Amino acid sequence: MRLINTVTRRQWLGTAILLVLVLFAVLEGLFGSADPARQQLMNRFLAPSAEHWLGTDQFGRSNLARMGEAVRLSLLLAVMCVVTAASLGIGLGVVAGWRGGWTDKALNFLVTTVLALPGLVLVLLFAAIVPGSFVMLYVGIAITLWVEYFRLVRAITQQRMQSPQLQASNMLGFGRWYLFKRHIWPGLASQVFTLMAFGAASAVLAMAATGFVYVGLKPPTAELGLMIVELFPYYAEAPWVLAQPLVALFLLILGCNLLASKPS
Amino acid sequence: MMPAAAIRNLLLRRLLQLLLMAWAIGTITFVLVRSLPGDMAYRIAAERYGDDAITTAAAASVRQELGLDVPAWQHYLNWLLELVQLNLGNSLVSGDPVIHNLQHQLSYTLALVFAGLLVSLLLAIPIGLLAGFKANRGADHLSLLASTLIRAQPVFSVGLLLIFLLAMNIQWLPVAGFGELKHLILPALTLGICMAAVSSRIIRNSTVDVTRSAYYQFARVKGLSRWHTFVHHGVRNISVPVVAYLGIQTVMLIEGVIMIESLFAWPGIGHALSHAIFSRDVPMIQGAALLMGMLFVVINALVDAICLWLDPRLQLSASTSNNASPTNSTGKKTAQEASL
Repeated sequence: MRLINTVTRRQWLGTAILLVLVLFAVLEGLFGSADPARQQLMNRFLAPSAEHWLGTDQFGRSNLARMGEAVRLSLLLAVMCVVTAASLGIGLGVVAGWRGGWTDKALNFLVTTVLALPGLVLVLLFAAIVPGSFVMLYVGIAITLWVEYFRLVRAITQQRMQSPQLQASNMLGFGRWYLFKRHIWPGLASQVFTLMAFGAASAVLAMAATGFVYVGLKPPTAELGLMIVELFPYYAEAPWVLAQPLVALFLLILGCNLLASKPS
Repeated sequence: MMPAAAIRNLLLRRLLQLLLMAWAIGTITFVLVRSLPGDMAYRIAAERYGDDAITTAAAASVRQELGLDVPAWQHYLNWLLELVQLNLGNSLVSGDPVIHNLQHQLSYTLALVFAGLLVSLLLAIPIGLLAGFKANRGADHLSLLASTLIRAQPVFSVGLLLIFLLAMNIQWLPVAGFGELKHLILPALTLGICMAAVSSRIIRNSTVDVTRSAYYQFARVKGLSRWHTFVHHGVRNISVPVVAYLGIQTVMLIEGVIMIESLFAWPGIGHALSHAIFSRDVPMIQGAALLMGMLFVVINALVDAICLWLDPRLQLSASTSNNASPTNSTGKKTAQEASL
């Protein structure tokens, strides 16, 4: 109950938007019968109808199936990146803040190196190593994201290590896991959650950006950024088809941003 | 006058960033070179001389030129050594020196960066101040809504919408191209709007904090006019967090430049970078990424310097500890939160 009471209206709205997108992605995956890659050149740019709910694209592919695939892909990437980055950042952050010394120095050096480059440049370079690889995008994005968790967790852990409460528990002989759970994690939880919501938005954005500059996933994969750049030439012919990936991207990021917002 | 210690600290930190950045890029592009599929020498020879003109001799000369005939670790050291000497090599596709290409592109990117910054300041300052002075009223809510809607879109979506609006429907501006000033308007507008969506909220929050502070209220109470209070007690205090946040916005700026240059076919470094990645032109990838990184570091250093000048308290802390970084990225989160 306490959790529910602290959720703001904006966060509810964000949750609702994301839930709708998840439902769409899952239901389309379970019940959608169309193949997102099947071309029917006779059926280019059909308007939405009972057969093709979202119309068809420039190759007559079902846009419902393609949007389903694209949203699933974005959500999957976002969840994978955020979970990896958060666990890596929290784990290493606690270790660095707890141990100090050379562990701390070495990890900080790593962080400074990652931060020396704008995130997208790093992701683009990773994407260049294996073209069209989902895994490389995931690795690149996760590497740019974990740094934020690390810095936050390290700072808070350092501060908590000095607190009388933790030192008392420590002297009473409680184990490390208890100390972390009882004294460090409560101070982290809400901020980590905010970072995760922002991180999900960044991950979605980064994949769309690599698709948009045409160095991310390769056709015929349905990916939001790639779809936008592929459909752009047909703007005059079929604006509603181009609008779909734009709207989906907008809703994904808006949902995450709203979820991350704090009561003012 | 800024104390020398503060300046030295600032420069040292940014120099370290520059070295780390170059090392990271050098390492990744080295992996890239080693992981090109097939016999690299033949592949590159084919790209350079055409598929019909490959001979073993041509491949051998490529092999020798690129240092492919030595063990990996030695190759890596050579690779980094060349990088340190700023010997970026020739493009694998066109054969031209990479530096030569980049010099051309840098001027276009700089033009875009400055024009974008200008637009963002012209938008963000009046909007942010207005929203700050009329906090929690109509204008403030409107600016929050606009900012939320723009921030929920990637830079290229905003660019596409502007194209539809200004170039296609009412045909005021050219969609893409370069050479004349009017070609710069849409890209700069896109970049400026995206950055202003964030910085206007920072200015708004900073304005609210300052105008509600005790010293500001006191200045009004002692009889200064609104304008005087604002000029003498407001401007500088409001601008401290705003400029500090600019440092974090450089990430946005660089990322925005990459997407905008692709969208508008603007012949800058970001465009060169994505093109080079697409055609797997490794020396060009390295050069473009390096220059992007340098731009990032230089802008960050400038922002640091302005922060020091605006807020003398930082100079004190800089000379006592080396931990004073006005634009450390923990500010990112707080700034993001503050903006919501």
